[in-house]
Amino acid sequence: MTDVAETGFAIHPMDQFIVKRFFCDAAHADCTSNIKWYEITNVTVWMAVAVLAIIALMVLGSRGRAVIPTRLQSMGEMIYGFIYKMVEDVTGHDGVKYFPYVMTLFLFILFSNLLGLIPMSFTTTSHVAVTVTLALLVFLGVTILGLVKNGIGFLGMFWVSSAPLALRPVLAVIEVISYFVRPVSHSIRLAGNLMAGHAVMKVFAGFASMAVISPVAVGAVTAIYGLELLVAVVQAYVFTILTCVYLKDAVGGAHH
Amino acid sequence: MATEAHEAAAGAAGHSAGMPQLDISTWANQIFWLVIALVVIYFVLSRVALPRIGAVLADRSSTITNDLAAAEELKQKAVAAEKAYNAALEKARADAGRIVAEAKAEIQADLDKATAQADVEIAAKGAESEARIAEIRAGALESVTEVAKDTAKEIVAALGGKADARGITAAVTAKLKG
Repeated sequence: MTDVAETGFAIHPMDQFIVKRFFCDAAHADCTSNIKWYEITNVTVWMAVAVLAIIALMVLGSRGRAVIPTRLQSMGEMIYGFIYKMVEDVTGHDGVKYFPYVMTLFLFILFSNLLGLIPMSFTTTSHVAVTVTLALLVFLGVTILGLVKNGIGFLGMFWVSSAPLALRPVLAVIEVISYFVRPVSHSIRLAGNLMAGHAVMKVFAGFASMAVISPVAVGAVTAIYGLELLVAVVQAYVFTILTCVYLKDAVGGAHH
Repeated sequence: MATEAHEAAAGAAGHSAGMPQLDISTWANQIFWLVIALVVIYFVLSRVALPRIGAVLADRSSTITNDLAAAEELKQKAVAAEKAYNAALEKARADAGRIVAEAKAEIQADLDKATAQADVEIAAKGAESEARIAEIRAGALESVTEVAKDTAKEIVAALGGKADARGITAAVTAKLKG
C-alpha cells in the first residue's frame, strides 16, 4: 500500500491470490507468514461458502421433491442429469457408480470458479495446491481402481497391440510418459486458466485509474468478466469430462 | 522455512515478485481444507442430494409413463365404445328391416288368404247364378212351348177351324224341335 502512495499508480495482479489468515487485521499483525495447516484462512472461508452454496442448490433446492420442480430444483436436476449422462456416455454403464465422486468434483470446481468471480472474493481453484490435489485424487484413484479391477492387465493399456511389433516398445514408453503427465496437465490447465484470467482482469482494472485509458480499461474488464464466466464453466466441464475419460481406462478395461 | 516466511511477508507488503500459488508454506493449509470440503460435499451429495434428486427424476418419468398409459387406455375404451355403438346401430337397423319384412309377409299372407276366399265365394256365386240362369232358360223354353201351343190354338180358333188339341200340340212340338 506504500507503493501506491509513492508512485500513484501500481498494479498488483497477483495480490488477490495471497493466502492469509481470515480473522486477522493486516494493519497490526502479520497475517500471511507461518500459516499452520489448521488455521482458518481465506481459503477455508471461500471453500466453506462453496460447500454451503452447493448444499443450498442440491439439498435445499430439492427439498420439495416436487414432480413439477421449482426453479432451484430444476437447476439441480439439470446439473444432475448433465453430469449423470456424461458419466454414463463416457465411462459406460460400469462407471455410473462413481457418479457421486464425479459430481462432487464438478460442483466444487464450478462453484469455486463462479464464486471467485465475485469482486473481492478469493478463487480457491486458481491455486496449484488445490488443483494438484484434485488431479492427484483422480490420478491415484483411477490407477488404483484400474489395478484392483483389472490386475496386471491394466498395464496392457500401455502396450499398443494394434501397432507394428517393432514400434510397440517405443509407443509403450510414450504411453507411460503421457499417462504420468495426465495429472500435471489436468491440474495446471484449471489453475492456469483461472489465474491468468483473474490476473488479466486485475491488470485492466489497474489501468482504469488512468483517466485517459479508463473507458477502454473498464470496457475491457467488462468483456473479460464475460469471458471469465465462460471459462469458469468450461474449465469445470473440461476437468470433469477428463476425469470421466481417465475413469473409463480403469472401469472399461484396457482398450487399444 | 525462514526465507519462505520472509517472502510471504514481502508479498503481504504489496510488492511480491513471485506467485502466491508457488508459496509452498500455504499448501498444507489449502490441501487440508480442500479435503474437508470435498469430504463434506461428497457425503452431502451421496447421502442426501443425489438419491433424492434421482428419486424425483424417476418419480417424474414414471408419472409421465403412467399418464401416457392411462391416456392410451382411455383412448382404447373410447374406440371400443364407438365400436359397440356402431354395432348396436347396425343391429337396430337389421331388426327394423326384419320387422318390416315380417310385417310385409304377414300382410301378403292375409291378402292372399282373403283373395282366395273371395275367389271361392265368387266362384260359388257364379255357379249359383249359372244354375239360376239355366233354370230360367229351361223355364223359358217350357213357357215358349206352351205359349206357342196356346197361340196356335187361338189362331186356329180365330180362323174358324176346330182346334184339334192333340194335333196342334204334336205340330208345335215338331216345329220347335225342327
